[in-house]
Amino acid sequence: MQLASPSPDIAKGGTSHANLEVSGLRVDLGASGRDIVAEISLTVQAGQALGLVGESGSGKTTVALALLGFARPGARIVDGQVLVAGRDLLTMSPPELRELRGSRVSYVPQDPVSALNPSLRIGEQILEVLEEHDYGGSHAARRERMDAVLSDVKLPGNRAFLRRFPHQLSGGQQQRVGLAMAFACVPKVIVMDEPTTGLDVTTQAHILETVRQLGREYAASTVYVSHDLAVVSEIADHVAVMYAGRIIDMGRAADVLGAPEHPYTLALRQALPELKTRRVVNGIPGVPPLPGHRPAGCGFASRCRFAASECRSEMPPLAELRPGRFVRCVRVNAVRQSDVEPAQLDEPSLRPPSQPGAILALRNVRAGFGDTEILHDINLDLMPGKCLALVGESGSGKTTLAKTIAGMHAERTGSIVFRGAELEADSRKRPVETRRLIQYIFQNPFASLSPRRTIGSIIAQPLKLLTDLSRAELDEHVSRSLERVSLRPELVARYPDELSGGERQRVAIARALAVEPELLLCDEVTSALDVSVQALVLKMLRELQRELGLSLLFTTHNLPVVATIADEVIVLQDGYAVEHGPVSQVLHAPTHPYTRALIADSPHLVVTDEVAAGGGETGGVPHP
Amino acid sequence: MTGTVGMRNVADGSEALAVAPALPRVRRRRPPEVVVVARRALRLTKTKIGLGIVVFVVGFAVVGPFVASPPPKSIAGAPFSTASAVNWLGTDALGRSVLSRLLAGGWVILLCGVIAALIGVGVGAALGLMASWRFGLRDEFIMRSLDVILSFPPLILGLLLVSVVGPKLWLIVLAVALWHVPGTGRVVRSVALEVRRRDFVQMAEAIGVPTWRIMGGEILPNITSQVLVEFGLRLTWSIGLIASLSFLGFGRQPPAPDWGYMIYENLVGLSVNPWGVIGPVIMIALLTVGINFITDGIQRSVIGIVRESDAAG
Repeated sequence: MQLASPSPDIAKGGTSHANLEVSGLRVDLGASGRDIVAEISLTVQAGQALGLVGESGSGKTTVALALLGFARPGARIVDGQVLVAGRDLLTMSPPELRELRGSRVSYVPQDPVSALNPSLRIGEQILEVLEEHDYGGSHAARRERMDAVLSDVKLPGNRAFLRRFPHQLSGGQQQRVGLAMAFACVPKVIVMDEPTTGLDVTTQAHILETVRQLGREYAASTVYVSHDLAVVSEIADHVAVMYAGRIIDMGRAADVLGAPEHPYTLALRQALPELKTRRVVNGIPGVPPLPGHRPAGCGFASRCRFAASECRSEMPPLAELRPGRFVRCVRVNAVRQSDVEPAQLDEPSLRPPSQPGAILALRNVRAGFGDTEILHDINLDLMPGKCLALVGESGSGKTTLAKTIAGMHAERTGSIVFRGAELEADSRKRPVETRRLIQYIFQNPFASLSPRRTIGSIIAQPLKLLTDLSRAELDEHVSRSLERVSLRPELVARYPDELSGGERQRVAIARALAVEPELLLCDEVTSALDVSVQALVLKMLRELQRELGLSLLFTTHNLPVVATIADEVIVLQDGYAVEHGPVSQVLHAPTHPYTRALIADSPHLVVTDEVAAGGGETGGVPHP
Repeated sequence: MTGTVGMRNVADGSEALAVAPALPRVRRRRPPEVVVVARRALRLTKTKIGLGIVVFVVGFAVVGPFVASPPPKSIAGAPFSTASAVNWLGTDALGRSVLSRLLAGGWVILLCGVIAALIGVGVGAALGLMASWRFGLRDEFIMRSLDVILSFPPLILGLLLVSVVGPKLWLIVLAVALWHVPGTGRVVRSVALEVRRRDFVQMAEAIGVPTWRIMGGEILPNITSQVLVEFGLRLTWSIGLIASLSFLGFGRQPPAPDWGYMIYENLVGLSVNPWGVIGPVIMIALLTVGINFITDGIQRSVIGIVRESDAAG
């Protein structure tokens, strides 16, 4: 291979060896000659973890699957080497590959629910892997191995547990079973595709701890694919940042994330909200280029604030700045000199409230389904023009609470007063004016916009129903709403599937704002979005809130997001409001143990590295 | 009704496909989903073959009555005489031209089949939508009523109605349509239930869009392709069922020509002039296979199998 394989590892003594060496890997879209990912070269030493970071569409999952010698239907691995313990995966025959997968190289998928066979008991599930690879040679040896691996992943190995079915386990336990299956045959390489994405922060923190420990104990090379910089910084020794199918930044985790030298990494850092600092998050405008539509030059150039003319004409090489640090950018010096310190979040300048007192007041609200009570005795006041965040993990009742206020969940008791008047439980019984003034934005913009309607028709729907605008006024309102969320008015004729996730969520926001509401209920509106887009949406919501004097109720599981948008926080646990107060107080001096646990378990960007302390290059790193 | 809309748009789609590149429009409006689905389906060879067959059989049955000569009811030779220069496919039990009767005897089956499928799928879809709206009494009532109909074998249901009212063509159509209702209702209910749960439907509900408009404007457009597939399937069954009922003598009354009854009439002469039986059998089989090919293509296109092979190619 003429391609030098850049090793992100600074060799420390002669003990460590690479279990995984990838060089010149390229995956194409069918036989089209258009690449999905290309020029992927990386090395992971035994016992170390590489974080493969990228946003949706960056090609990180394609790389992860290629490490197992697998390409999704429609994709083809056309070039490169994937050496696992010295053997090239890509030249193997299908039977050889089958033998290797699950034993030498294993995979932990994102969603354990769909990865585990729902009709197999946990014990059978794990034994199956061992039997498939004839581990240990005897049944007794395999049973013993199963017990050992179960205790390694901190699952009970007793008979009762082994006889359970996947649906009888919690999400965290299911993912531990996934880990047990991956580690069962003592693999050399483990590829993990966002294994904690669907989990609550506390569970995530525990799983991450286990993953870190197992990687070391088994001396396996771990490739940890994630979109979450904070999670990666906690688990990975090295980081490779992907963008538009290329590795654009690679090196020691603390180095790459702590002192970004690539404009994209820097932008990602600035888009990432942090728990302890109330600062403005800056998104990255624009969308990444898709495979087959990539420009000749640097893929990031069109969104890069450092871009020069040469960036657009030629793809910069992945240059080794110093041993173990690779950056694919010709403007590194400009990036280094840029101002890294982000602006602090200014307090919203309050418009004089339209009426005194709370715009929304809940007293002793209880809600549930049938006999199950989900919300217990909730009280809250939302002041006009303020943003109140409802924080809680899945099952805490935050969405139910938002839907109860919106009138989409009618099974409730207690009193909800909006602008001085009691609200009907069912939104359909509320007067038109009330329905107009309270708007709801759903979590998932892929589900909240009808795929068969044009953007124009989607935004016009509430306008037609809740206002008496004329046809011409309607069109004008629609295009004004689109402009307000920084979307081109031409989009009215498009359909949702022609838009990116961020654009769709902005359409959903535009739809809500079109009718000029006073109270906006935002249900996890950024959780389906990439960080760079999340930052754009958060910033926009904050600005709109100030501009229009909106009152916001913002539900989220993500504490750092709270720090960037909310004025007040209510922490929900199992349907009880356990803590309530201003953001700074709750995040910095939490009183309830549950809040403290949430804060402690929230992943945060780790930019210090004891091992790299002598590096010297990390000076001037902003500490979180 | 859904079916007609679907069929019409299929035609529009292929036309637009040919015209589109020539017109430099500033902002193309995307064609409705059925057109997109149909276009994608037409990329499969199978669909094209199916369409060819169906066009042939339908053309045969529609143009047939006008070109049939000698007239299908007149005696053209000795009974069961074999193929000759005058009677290309020979004559039937009464000495009438098989080809003439074949040409003139298809349109009734075809028309009745289409009407029965339209009514059946239309009513079934409406009931399925209504049942999907909310779990409860209405849902239970609709679905259990449909189960009752479903418990009758289709032929028995037809025979039952015919024996009470008499062999009327409209009754046959109605009986077949009735039998389509429960199956369609179940399919539509299940796909609508999935759409019903989506956020945009909840959204429409929350801002107070009337229920019937949510069903028609939000849910129905998202299940049109599945309804279209169901319609294709039902059309084949309709034609088979109506042919069977005609074979039993409950369809078009003799001496009018009819593919189904022809088979029965000429069965005794099968060894003398097989065309009297084979002719209508081939026509019905061709039609059924053709429609099935198209339906299969549409189904693949709905699921997205075609799209995948696009990516590879």
